[in-house]
Amino acid sequence: MTTLPLGAYRPGRTWLHRLPAGAKLLALLVTAVVVTVVRGPLSAVGFVVLATALVAWSGAPLRRTLRSLRGFALVAVALTAYQAWTRGWAPAVETVGDLLGMILLATVLTTTTAVDDLIDVITWALGPLRRLGVDPARVGLAFSLMIRALPTTLEIALQTRDAARARGLGRSPRALLVPMVVRVVANARATGDALHARGLGDD
Amino acid sequence: MSSSTPTKTRTRRSTGTDIALIAGFAALIAISAILPAIKLAGPVPITLQTFAVLLTGAILGARRGFLAVLLYVAAGAVGLPVFSGGASGFGVIVGPTGGYLLGFALAAGLCGFIVERLPRRAFAAPAIFAAGLFSSAVFIHTLGMAGLVLNADLTWSAAFDVDKVFWIGDVIKNIAMAVVAYTVHRAFPDLLPRRRPRRAAPAA
Repeated sequence: MTTLPLGAYRPGRTWLHRLPAGAKLLALLVTAVVVTVVRGPLSAVGFVVLATALVAWSGAPLRRTLRSLRGFALVAVALTAYQAWTRGWAPAVETVGDLLGMILLATVLTTTTAVDDLIDVITWALGPLRRLGVDPARVGLAFSLMIRALPTTLEIALQTRDAARARGLGRSPRALLVPMVVRVVANARATGDALHARGLGDD
Repeated sequence: MSSSTPTKTRTRRSTGTDIALIAGFAALIAISAILPAIKLAGPVPITLQTFAVLLTGAILGARRGFLAVLLYVAAGAVGLPVFSGGASGFGVIVGPTGGYLLGFALAAGLCGFIVERLPRRAFAAPAIFAAGLFSSAVFIHTLGMAGLVLNADLTWSAAFDVDKVFWIGDVIKNIAMAVVAYTVHRAFPDLLPRRRPRRAAPAA
């Protein structure tokens, strides 16, 4: 059975955990700008070392961190080879180092911050957009509903696949996809009715 | 997220349903991206992701489709492991394939924009297929290549070489998308806000 690694959050007591979610998010955004402005391979290497130190400090489990980097490893190898071949080693180290550092920092953020806190920050940050017709509370509601819908949707996908296989149609895209999407729509409508019944989300 | 179009349909759906649909399809895109991927040559694994993105546009229409994909991208950015291969974090958006993610939202919006405006007679799978293919060509591939050029320091021609790997898969996924979207609209005829006042409800 496939399990959904929902929430990379690891509770802990480090200083990184205690920092407000908004501060961490802001720091990540600022860092993203800084590393693209600062050039040179040396700073990229320093950035990766720093980011690795932060990951170790945050108490992120080593195995999970490595697993989340597995996808990036393919890209990194291809990109390093390509950059080194066309433009030399220095730009290759810079590009890949900056990317790796950013991914590690993002891992630190998600390891030390609960998703709920991040949603609160987003809801708060969207406040000024109220004038443009954005309703932060509804955005927060949409986030929560999506997180709730993730395990349900995965279950629907697996059930539909099993149903298609049981009918001997395991390779038919129609039998695999149509019932899945129909059930997603039906589920969303049921959720909408439930919200309506509770007076949520309406004008 | 108040529904801006004053719909003349008999059953006006509440904004609660709109939010639930947006959230549900964001989750569908996430699951499509996480489920086992087919790895072809190149850095970006092929998943059902683009299928789900364009399907979202074709089923929900421009506004809700765009918002659903935006919600998906935002959820991945704040750390839910919903990008292809279970990746997450802001790093992916500023990473080499970030352009594709931004292109997704606009492509879903455009696909929905076209599908919403299809006249009833032309409302069939081939027209939806054309809308999906056009949208992905206009936004996903161009912005995807721009992302490769900006973030991975590739040249435009190198980015083009990476990008063209996806074309055949794209056509196949769009065919599936069109068939599924058409069937789902048959199952739920009131999903799209119809522009013209309907004369009679279609016999279900």
